[in-house]
Amino acid sequence: MRTETKLTILAIAMFGFGYALVPLYDVFCEITGLNGKTGTIANTEAAQLEVDQERLVTVEFDTNVNSELPWSFLAQAHKMKVHPGELTDAVFVIENNSDQPVVAQAVPSVAPAQASLFFNKTECFCFTQQMLAPRERKEMTVRFVVDPELPKKISTLTLSYTYFKVPGSDRVVLDPGVVDEERI
Amino acid sequence: MSEAVIHNGHHDHHDHKPYGIGRWLFSTNHKDIGTMYLVFALIMFFVGGAMAMVIRAELFQPGLQFVNPLFFNSMTTIHALVMIFGAVMPAGVGLANWMIPMMIGSPDMALPRLNNMSFWILPFAFTLLLSTFFMPGGAPAGGWTMYPPLVLQLGDGFPFLIFAIHFLGISSILGAINIIATVFNMRAPGMTFMKLPLFVWTWIITAFLLIATMPVLAGSVTMLLTDKFFGTSFFSAAGGGDPVMFQHVFWFFGHPEVYILILPAFGIVSQIIPAFARKPLFGYESMVYATASIAFLSFFVWAHHMFTVGMPLTGELFFMYATMSIAVPTGVKIFNWVATMWKGSMTFETPMLFAVSFVVLFSIGGFTGLMMGITPVDFQYHDTYFIVAHFHYVLVPGAIFALMAGVYFWLPKWTGHMYDERLGKIHFWLSAIFVNMLFFPQHFLGLAGMPRRIPDYNVQFTEWNMVSSIGGFAFGLSQLILVWVVIKCVRGGQKATDQVWEGAHGLEWTLPSPPPFHSFTTPPQVTDATAHS
Repeated sequence: MRTETKLTILAIAMFGFGYALVPLYDVFCEITGLNGKTGTIANTEAAQLEVDQERLVTVEFDTNVNSELPWSFLAQAHKMKVHPGELTDAVFVIENNSDQPVVAQAVPSVAPAQASLFFNKTECFCFTQQMLAPRERKEMTVRFVVDPELPKKISTLTLSYTYFKVPGSDRVVLDPGVVDEERI
Repeated sequence: MSEAVIHNGHHDHHDHKPYGIGRWLFSTNHKDIGTMYLVFALIMFFVGGAMAMVIRAELFQPGLQFVNPLFFNSMTTIHALVMIFGAVMPAGVGLANWMIPMMIGSPDMALPRLNNMSFWILPFAFTLLLSTFFMPGGAPAGGWTMYPPLVLQLGDGFPFLIFAIHFLGISSILGAINIIATVFNMRAPGMTFMKLPLFVWTWIITAFLLIATMPVLAGSVTMLLTDKFFGTSFFSAAGGGDPVMFQHVFWFFGHPEVYILILPAFGIVSQIIPAFARKPLFGYESMVYATASIAFLSFFVWAHHMFTVGMPLTGELFFMYATMSIAVPTGVKIFNWVATMWKGSMTFETPMLFAVSFVVLFSIGGFTGLMMGITPVDFQYHDTYFIVAHFHYVLVPGAIFALMAGVYFWLPKWTGHMYDERLGKIHFWLSAIFVNMLFFPQHFLGLAGMPRRIPDYNVQFTEWNMVSSIGGFAFGLSQLILVWVVIKCVRGGQKATDQVWEGAHGLEWTLPSPPPFHSFTTPPQVTDATAHS
């Protein structure tokens, strides 16, 4: 093969590699728990975890709204003390401050990143998109459990949510029950 | 029909040059294309330089004086893009075009039409990029690194920015393919790889870096484009993407890119120092291996540009150690240049002055780079004037001084006339003094906490900013001397000999000055005497 043909193929392959980096990073983050990607487990699985009554972990809640979304979003309690292995509910309140119906979705993140693999949710409003009618107010729940295997040196976890307007939701009213698995 | 006959007739003249504008528009000649690259780079050097003058004028005093903050941010953004893609890279490609065929003993580049295309894409790309100044929303102002989501807030200029980057990437890739194809296939008999002049070696390695990373940049900016216009969410958290992902993909290109800018400079200096020390280059093989090692390692250090994004400790340690390991092959190169000069019969003509100051001042930039490679202290330096001082030291008295050294070194060969040595020396000394006055104070400003890319600053930074700005204006004006030296040399001057410099060795010095339109029409025999110096 001619030198320039080989080199052209190399250039095209590297263009593809640039795109391949995106899923590669996702896989890498999922395996290592980097980037605050949290785990999900079923209710039955969570019920089988042994509750560590000796230990208390502080879970802090951080709520943010993207500037394009006319909502307010608050946690009912800003922090909770939980025993690892114990299923806990946290309640959040969202309110649409505009005169339009808006569809949005929350994106979660856990800090410190090492803890994210030990923070499991059985139920979360962030699994789905929410639609709020004009001025509507809604309470939402996340049910989580901190894995008893959580490293001893970690005593505080921060669960952060940012609400984003779903792109294109001005035109299409989405089925609020659609589960977007990518974002779990 | 008659045209064809006339055209055929022309082929009988050995050294026929096309004339008029057509000579340049349709040129397939490596020397003419090389000249166009160099002239284009010089023009862009002044365009980007003018933007730097606006920046330094605004920063002369605290408070807002001349421009509004958005325009200031456009200045920093476009200054970087113009200098990187318009000045330093085309200047390197221009020198490669001129010198590689002459150095390896071939008549021209392997793919002359492709060569024409890779040059002529550049003016169009920069027309796209610079036209954004006249668009609603203004020119790109989110930094040359184009981080989302900030870059997505750009107005109508956004697709122009992306397509300009695409064109620049295509131009570089085509140029790189051409250089590799030329060196691999068109060497004169006896010109083995380990006899190639080091400038050719550094360009082969640079060309591979270009082919491996430019497509990744093209991919990352295409993702930005589809995120903005086609509803993808590569970097948008609202759609499940991640803005930090862009930084990872961008710097996978971005770090090898800094070696794309500096490796040809290493090559130029490796040609010049032996010629004026009148000694062969010390440690030729180790120079080749060091260059290749630097290029290889450059693929594993990208995240040192983003230590502050919140990486896990393991990642920070990995990228810290990987970054520091690049100091080893770089140290080998610095050592070899110094060892080449050791006990040499040195003279200090302008090319040598620029080359020696390159070694000293590039090392300063290299050391500040090492300081920032240390993760814990990088948190202090990140996005301050310290990083600005660092990369300007490696790019201005680094890459650009080496390019200027190359221009002075080869100008007599290209034009057939000696340049004005007195003016050349004045140009050097003014540049060397004022470049330090311009950038050295920025180290202090950065360590004291002055952030980069901000048009205003706290009053405590005033004095050093004034010093820096005065140095900047004087450095900018000094560059006009270079233009005058080049024009004067093209128009006439003392006749240059074939060898030009007493200590210069290599095939390019066996050709007459100026060399024939087609360098070597019969392949020269390469002997030890005509091999690299």
